[in-house]
Amino acid sequence: MSIDHKTIKHISKLARISVDEQRAEKLAGDLNSIFDFIEKLNELKTDNVEPLTSIAETTLKLRSDEVKSKNIREQIIKNSPQDNEDYFVVPKVIE
Amino acid sequence: MSDITKQSLTELIENIRSKKLSSTDVTKAFIDRSEKSEELNAYITNDFTSALDKAKKFDQKPNLDLKLPGIPMAVKDLFCTKNIKTTAGSKILNNFVPTYESTVTENIWNEGAILLGKLNCDEFAMGSSNETSFFGNVQSPIDKDLVPGGSSGGSASAVAGQLTPITIGTDTGGSIRQPASFTGTVGLKPTYGSCSRYGIVAFASSLDQAGPMAQNVKDCALLQEVISSFDPKDSTSIDFKRNHYSKDLTNNIKGKKIGIPKEYRVDGMPKEIEDLWQKGIEYVKECGAETIDISLPHTSYALPTYYIVAPAEASSNLARYDGVKYGFRAKGENLIDMYEKTRSEGFGTEVQRRIMIGTYVLSSGYYDAYYLKAQKVRKLIKNDFDEVYKKVDAILTPSTPSSAFKIGEKTNDPVSMYLNDIFTVPVNLAGLPGISIPAGHDSKGYPLGLQIIGKAFDEQNILNIAYAMEEKINFKNKITDWWIK
Repeated sequence: MSIDHKTIKHISKLARISVDEQRAEKLAGDLNSIFDFIEKLNELKTDNVEPLTSIAETTLKLRSDEVKSKNIREQIIKNSPQDNEDYFVVPKVIE
Repeated sequence: MSDITKQSLTELIENIRSKKLSSTDVTKAFIDRSEKSEELNAYITNDFTSALDKAKKFDQKPNLDLKLPGIPMAVKDLFCTKNIKTTAGSKILNNFVPTYESTVTENIWNEGAILLGKLNCDEFAMGSSNETSFFGNVQSPIDKDLVPGGSSGGSASAVAGQLTPITIGTDTGGSIRQPASFTGTVGLKPTYGSCSRYGIVAFASSLDQAGPMAQNVKDCALLQEVISSFDPKDSTSIDFKRNHYSKDLTNNIKGKKIGIPKEYRVDGMPKEIEDLWQKGIEYVKECGAETIDISLPHTSYALPTYYIVAPAEASSNLARYDGVKYGFRAKGENLIDMYEKTRSEGFGTEVQRRIMIGTYVLSSGYYDAYYLKAQKVRKLIKNDFDEVYKKVDAILTPSTPSSAFKIGEKTNDPVSMYLNDIFTVPVNLAGLPGISIPAGHDSKGYPLGLQIIGKAFDEQNILNIAYAMEEKINFKNKITDWWIK
């Protein structure tokens, strides 16, 4: 299999990472060599194997729904790149 | 006392308890040495001023019953530390100051230890050489321009170089054990669910575990005892009876059955590693253990499985870095453009590569062929271990297929870099504990490690085997202080 330029553009859109032409070329090369290596898995027949979805093999515990943290709104807002009073600010989305 | 930094954690604790040393003496000594060791680039952020304050405060009213009384300690910069910048080695978190503390570090401070600073690591723990950090390469104290391994490279360099008496790292595919092996130190990756993941910057959630990195097995056992705890804040934390790993430590391993897996004898493995492994086999036999040849038939499929599972989980985990609530933000013409530029400028090459792999294997039309396939093979790998553990108590292997390499040697070939983790990755996929101990030197004088893999929750057993072997091996790390002028 081969990952082409068009596929890289598609993945970069899904991943929300802008990729210019030069980087797309390099990434295609890297990903192809990695996927060549991954193809080895196709040697194995796995039709009747149950997928391993959790290594811990425990069921999720239930807990009561209580607020435990104190009011830390200001501290949290302080980490944002841009804010306005109590809100996070992003570029305009409505025309 | 100029030799304070040469003491092991156990010795420092004894000296503080018997009042031969104060926490201030010890903290000062490690700060001094850390300040002289800038060339190693082991720290991203130091907290020396407040460390000294805390040490003085400790000495005024010392609680000597604590397990880490007044012991200074630097930690990997993947652990969130309240009010202290936590970067995960990434530009995208370069200005992030957590409002909370990770459970593992909380456990450490609760036992009296004092934070020295945050240690360098590969960006989001993705790397095997510490070369993907936004904050630059870490030098190995073993030799100039040698990688310390990764992703816990700053941690390994700091322990081997005596910048901190002990430390913690995280291990997703070998990130504690491989750097421990490269720097002549001891590194334990605990059973999945043993140490809380709460407050650790997530890489691949079904594989990530925190663990101790130390100068010797006893120190390692003590820190494991401190950091391992059941934590309701981590939904995969497991409530099991935890040992007093240091108190219960014994070198009596008579009658233990130790498996030697033939699949770990890989093509192109240097003879030095093979010889080291043979020596290790002799040592455990001398200790009264029995070795048994075993087979883990799916070993060679572990790395390809890992390079689907880990990037898939990483691409989901790292979706949160969008430049809105915290971290770096790039300017964009609109919201989508802002997201795309933030992630393109904020993440480094290796992280972007892994997000792309992960996004691809989870994308519509490819999920079954890659992700589901990998989950099935992961089951086969786990079954291999379940099967052999009916016959043996532990497994002995080399830690890495080579000794440390030079900075820049493998950066252009991702697959050859990934092959470093060939012996460590199966352990994470199966959720088992594994420990790397220094076992010898190669012809260049670089350290080589052996790995002991245990049954789930059987940390005590592999610590005991490591302890017994350590006595036989009598390894001496060759630290020349080459970086100190």
